[in-house]
Amino acid sequence: MAEAESVNPLVKVRDLKMYFPIHSGLFRTHVGDIKAVDGISFDIMPGETLGLVGESGCGKSTVGRSILRLYDVTSGTVEINGSEIAHVDRDSLRSKRPMMQMIFQDPQASLNPRMTVASIIGEPLDEHMKLSSDERLARIYELMDWVGLNRAFAKRYPHEFSGGQRQRIGIARALALNPKFIVCDEPIAALDVSIQAQVVNLLEELQDRLDLTYLFISHDLSMVRHIADRVAVMYLGRIVEVASREALFAEPLHPYTQALLSAVPEPDPELERHRKPIVLQGDVPSPANPPKGCNFSTRCPKVMDICRQIEPEVRDFGGGRQVACHLYSENMTTTAEPTAGQTKN
Amino acid sequence: MPDTAMPILDVKGLKTVFRTRGGEVHAVNSVDFDLRPGELLGVVGESGSGKSVTMMSLLRLLPSPPAEMRDGTVMFDGQDLLKISPEELRKVRGSKIGFIFQDPMTSLNPVYTIGFQLAEPLRAHMGLSKAQARSRSIELLQLVGIPDAERRLKDYPHQFSGGMRQRVMIAIALACDPQVLIADEPTTALDVTIQAQIIELVKELRHKLGMAIIWITHDLGVIAGIADRVMVMYAGQVVEEGPVGEIFRDPQHPYTQALLKTVPAVRGPRAERLQVIEGQPPIMYEAPVACSFRNRCQFAFDRCSQANPALTGISAPGHRAACFLLDKASTPEPEAANG
Repeated sequence: MAEAESVNPLVKVRDLKMYFPIHSGLFRTHVGDIKAVDGISFDIMPGETLGLVGESGCGKSTVGRSILRLYDVTSGTVEINGSEIAHVDRDSLRSKRPMMQMIFQDPQASLNPRMTVASIIGEPLDEHMKLSSDERLARIYELMDWVGLNRAFAKRYPHEFSGGQRQRIGIARALALNPKFIVCDEPIAALDVSIQAQVVNLLEELQDRLDLTYLFISHDLSMVRHIADRVAVMYLGRIVEVASREALFAEPLHPYTQALLSAVPEPDPELERHRKPIVLQGDVPSPANPPKGCNFSTRCPKVMDICRQIEPEVRDFGGGRQVACHLYSENMTTTAEPTAGQTKN
Repeated sequence: MPDTAMPILDVKGLKTVFRTRGGEVHAVNSVDFDLRPGELLGVVGESGSGKSVTMMSLLRLLPSPPAEMRDGTVMFDGQDLLKISPEELRKVRGSKIGFIFQDPMTSLNPVYTIGFQLAEPLRAHMGLSKAQARSRSIELLQLVGIPDAERRLKDYPHQFSGGMRQRVMIAIALACDPQVLIADEPTTALDVTIQAQIIELVKELRHKLGMAIIWITHDLGVIAGIADRVMVMYAGQVVEEGPVGEIFRDPQHPYTQALLKTVPAVRGPRAERLQVIEGQPPIMYEAPVACSFRNRCQFAFDRCSQANPALTGISAPGHRAACFLLDKASTPEPEAANG
C-alpha cells in the first residue's frame, strides 16, 4: 500500500453519526436515541478492501447502509469518488447510485421471488441506462458469465437456486452498472463453509478484473483476515482500532481487539490446547444508553479509572494504524512511543 | 477417555426418511456410532448433512409424518429408544438425555417465566415440590453463571440477552442431571466473545458433572477445542470418525481434508487463495448406492460410482473412514491418496 499513500481515497467518511430516535408515550415524544453509529471516520483507498468487523449490534451494518445513503445520516460527511453523498438532494443522489452498490447478507430476502434472474440483473440497467433489448440481454449474459452462472438459467426464479448461486445473482446485480465501490454486508454469513470459499474467491477475482473497492462487513475474523487489506474494528458504534491486516492480526493493540481475536477457536487441537482465550465478562451495553467515558470500559480487562470518566481519543500510530484507548494516550506513556504503549500489555 | 468402557449410547443402522410431495428424502442413511461415559463427541457437517436429524431421531423428536425412522436401534440404558412406548420415552427425554437446541430465541416459550420453564422438568421428572424446584432452579442458574439468580427467575426470555438465554437453555438441559447431553449448534447464533464464554462454561460443567456430550457444529475450530472424538457427516452418512487429534492431523476422507483446508485461519500463515470444494452437497432422493461425495471429489475413480464405501479402520486406533482410497488394492495411483 506504499503507492496508496499518494493517491486520494475513494471513500472518505468523517465523523459519521447515525442515531435512530426512540419515541414513547401517547404523543410519541422523542425520549432518546439509539446511537448505532456514534462519530466514526475512515478512508478507503481505490482498489482496497477495508474489512469492518464487530459483534452483532455494534453498528457495522448501519455504517455500510448509511454511507450508501440507505439511511438519512444524523451528521457527518461521506465522500465517494469526490462527490458528497451524505447531504445531497434525491436527484443528484440518484445520478450517483451507479458507482456505489451493495451486496446483501441474505440472498433469499434480497431477491424478489417473482422476478426471473434476467429481470433481477436487468433492473438496474433499465433504471439507469438506455439500452436496446439486444444490448440489454448481451449485458445480462456477460454479467452471468462473470459470476459463474449458466446462461441457460436466465429465465429461472430465485427459489430454483441454492444459497451460493443466489448470492451470485446478487453479485451480478451489484455489478450491472460498473460500480467503483461495493459494500459487502456479511455476504457469506448465510452460506455453508464449503460454499463460502467459492463466493469469497469470486469476489476477489472480480476485484482484480474490474478494479473494485470493497467495504467488507463481517463478524467472521478469519474470512476478514483472508480478504481485507486493512481492518477496522467496531464496538458499540465506534471504531476502536484500524490497522493493516498484518499488523492487526499479528499484534492487536486495543483490549477489545485482543479479546475478539483470542476468542476465535483454532481448527487445530494442538494449538487449541495452548490457546488462552481472554474471556470477556458480561454483554454489550445498550447503544441507547452507552456507558460514560470509554464504551468498552464495562467489559475491559485492563480498565482504569480514567476510562470510566473520559472518552479516549483516536491516536495515530503511523502506517495507517489508529487506536482509541487510554492505554496508549499521552499522559499514560510519556515517551509517546507506540512501543512504550505495547510494553504495557 | 477409557476406550474399554461400555458405551452409554449405542446407535446401529439408523435410517431416517422424510416423505415429501417430491418423493422420499433419505436424510440419515445407516448411521452407526456410540458414545462412552464422560466423552465429548463432536459431530461436524454442512447444513443438510443429516447431523441434526440424526440426533433428533434418537429421541424421536421429529414429527411423523413426514419423518419416518425406517430402521436401526438406539440402545440406551438397556432399552431401545426407537421401540419403547411414548410414556417411557418421556422419562428419558429431558431427564436422562438433555437437549440444547440451536436457537435460544425460539426454543424458550416467550409467555412463561424462566423460573417456570426451569421448574417444569424438575417437577415432572424428579417429583420435586414447588419450593424444592425453586431452590434447585436458583442453584442451576448460579451454576451456569447467571448473576442475581433469585430475582431473574421472575423474568421472561425477552429480558435476557442471547448469551444469557443460551445459558438458561443449558440450565434447563442440565436440570435433571442427565447422563447424556446433546447440544445442537449451541453457539452458532452467538457472537465470538459470547461463544467463548459458553465454551468455557461447558468445559467447566463437564468436569464438574461428568456427563457425556454430543456437540453438533459446522465450526471446526470449536470442535478442535472441546471434543475428544469427532464424527464427520456427509449426505446422511458418517464418512470419517476418530480421535480429535487424528482427524485434524491426518484426515483420511477427501471431504474431511477439503473441509479442513477451506476454512481460513486467524493465526499462522495466510493462504493467498482459498481452497474450494466445487459443487454442492446432493439431495438424497434415493438411498445411496455409490459414494455420495464422488461428484465433488478430486480423487474419484471408477469404483466410487459403483458401490458405496463402508467405514474402514486405518492404522490409528478408533480412526475410521468411508473411502475406497483406503483400500490399497483398488487405489489407481498411490500418490492420489496423499495429494
